[in-house]
Amino acid sequence: MSASVLIVAEHDGGKLNPSTAKCVSCARALAGAQLTVVVCAADAAGVAAQAAQLAGVSRVLTLENPANAHALAAVLAPQIVAIAAPYTHLLGPSTTFGKDLMARIAGLLDAPQVSDIMAIDSPTRFRRPIYAGNAILTVDSEGAAQVVGTVRTASFEAAGGGGAAPVEKANANVTLPTHTRFVSVSAAKTDRPDLQTAARVISGGRALGSAEGFKILYSLADKIGAAVGASRAAVDAGYAPNEMQVGQTGKIIAPELYMAVGISGAIQHLTGIKDARTIVAINKDGEAPIFEVADFGLVGDLFQIIPQIEQLL
Amino acid sequence: MKRILVGIKRVVDYNVRVRVKPDGSGVITDGVKMSVNPFDEIALEEALRIRERGGADEVIVATVGPADCQQQLRTALAMGADRALHVQADGVVEPLVAARALLKLIEREQPLLVILGKQAIDDDNGQTGQVLAALWNRPQATYASKLELTGETARVTREVDAGLETLEVDLPAVITTDLRLNEPRYVKLPDIMKAKKKPLDTLTLAALGVEQRQQLKLVRFEPPPQRQKGIRVKDAAELVDALKKKGLL
Repeated sequence: MSASVLIVAEHDGGKLNPSTAKCVSCARALAGAQLTVVVCAADAAGVAAQAAQLAGVSRVLTLENPANAHALAAVLAPQIVAIAAPYTHLLGPSTTFGKDLMARIAGLLDAPQVSDIMAIDSPTRFRRPIYAGNAILTVDSEGAAQVVGTVRTASFEAAGGGGAAPVEKANANVTLPTHTRFVSVSAAKTDRPDLQTAARVISGGRALGSAEGFKILYSLADKIGAAVGASRAAVDAGYAPNEMQVGQTGKIIAPELYMAVGISGAIQHLTGIKDARTIVAINKDGEAPIFEVADFGLVGDLFQIIPQIEQLL
Repeated sequence: MKRILVGIKRVVDYNVRVRVKPDGSGVITDGVKMSVNPFDEIALEEALRIRERGGADEVIVATVGPADCQQQLRTALAMGADRALHVQADGVVEPLVAARALLKLIEREQPLLVILGKQAIDDDNGQTGQVLAALWNRPQATYASKLELTGETARVTREVDAGLETLEVDLPAVITTDLRLNEPRYVKLPDIMKAKKKPLDTLTLAALGVEQRQQLKLVRFEPPPQRQKGIRVKDAAELVDALKKKGLL
């Protein structure tokens, strides 16, 4: 039996999140699979049109409901479950959106979930990191009628464009709960690239010393078009907001260039960056573990080195 | 009686450098320090603070796993939980099985709030809270960094990729904790002595009517691929040259 995959699109109401294109790439490892993307929104047309262009997608479904204006797992899950019957695999990104939602879907379907899929070896065989990436586990779902998965986005390139899949309206005749209500979301407005998709990322650690200290990173980042991240220690110390955290409990990223500035390289941080193409470490402690994984290491005072780099560009 | 149920898991301590067994059948756990999953400690701390503020009368801590888990339940009792429930289960306990067992405990104890860690640091599944909320047909607020109870509802600030999201949920509800919700207290020696006298009930999955079922077979454990060791550059100029040569700047 060939696989039939339902991918739950992540979006902000207007723009499809690149994590969805990575789920499509992951799903394409299932040879011959039909790939359907479902867009849950109050008004899905714009996002659905973007999803329809992803190479490899055979169909886009929309689930429109005013209650879908904000992505509440308790509201979205029953709608997706209502249309889930034809699919062998249900995938979403391993972002806070997907992790929150897909496990609720798995619970309703009584299906096993494979979290953080980094590779699909066969329709039942998946690889995933455990113990903060210190081990890779291969699991097999043989015997389960349906499998739910979250896709580790750093492990996959985004699917390209050029597709023209048909967009169809789907109906989920279910009563939606009102017990969960969206109140607000606050995010620092930034003109810098998105941390999770940026080709270049500069991250700072506790050695930056203060929120003020991070300014030299923002300045260099703006010069080279990079996103700015932070270690958990820097976020805990209040030097940077939580959405900038890179690592096992923050964002897991795979940029072309990652510059770790004043970051010692705790395991939980390394887990978040190990798929980066090139890692640069700048730290005054030459023994710091970050140098074990760095392609280029520079021992010295970051407060001198960072402005020097900026001047040299 | 206003109760909070906290789920905890016994895991390899977060300071242990985990190694894969040479035959790929698992990771080495013999003689390795075991602890309460750190996110679950945060869950327990939050429950204790709510009780201390008068928002709850009783904090119950529960786990699903083998006999050894009682050590971690005792730790939780020493932290301040009032009583413990141990659902005995051998082998791999998948999130669906853990959630079904917790749901049975919820039916018995009727808590106003269930707090769990957002994930266990061993299997990193991050599913049990959401699966439980689905089976219970109640709200979930995952990745909580702030929790306020106001009578019939809870206002929860969540750490999401975009920033901080605030939800309002009707109680009872399932909350899963993120790192910045609180800093768990240290256990003091007299509390460890006192904890020995607190009630710890043992149940079994069978007695609760929950089937021990494993849907994902663990095929093989492997160490992660190692990165090649890189080179040291002497100054900013050499670094910039090297990155330019690779087309990265």
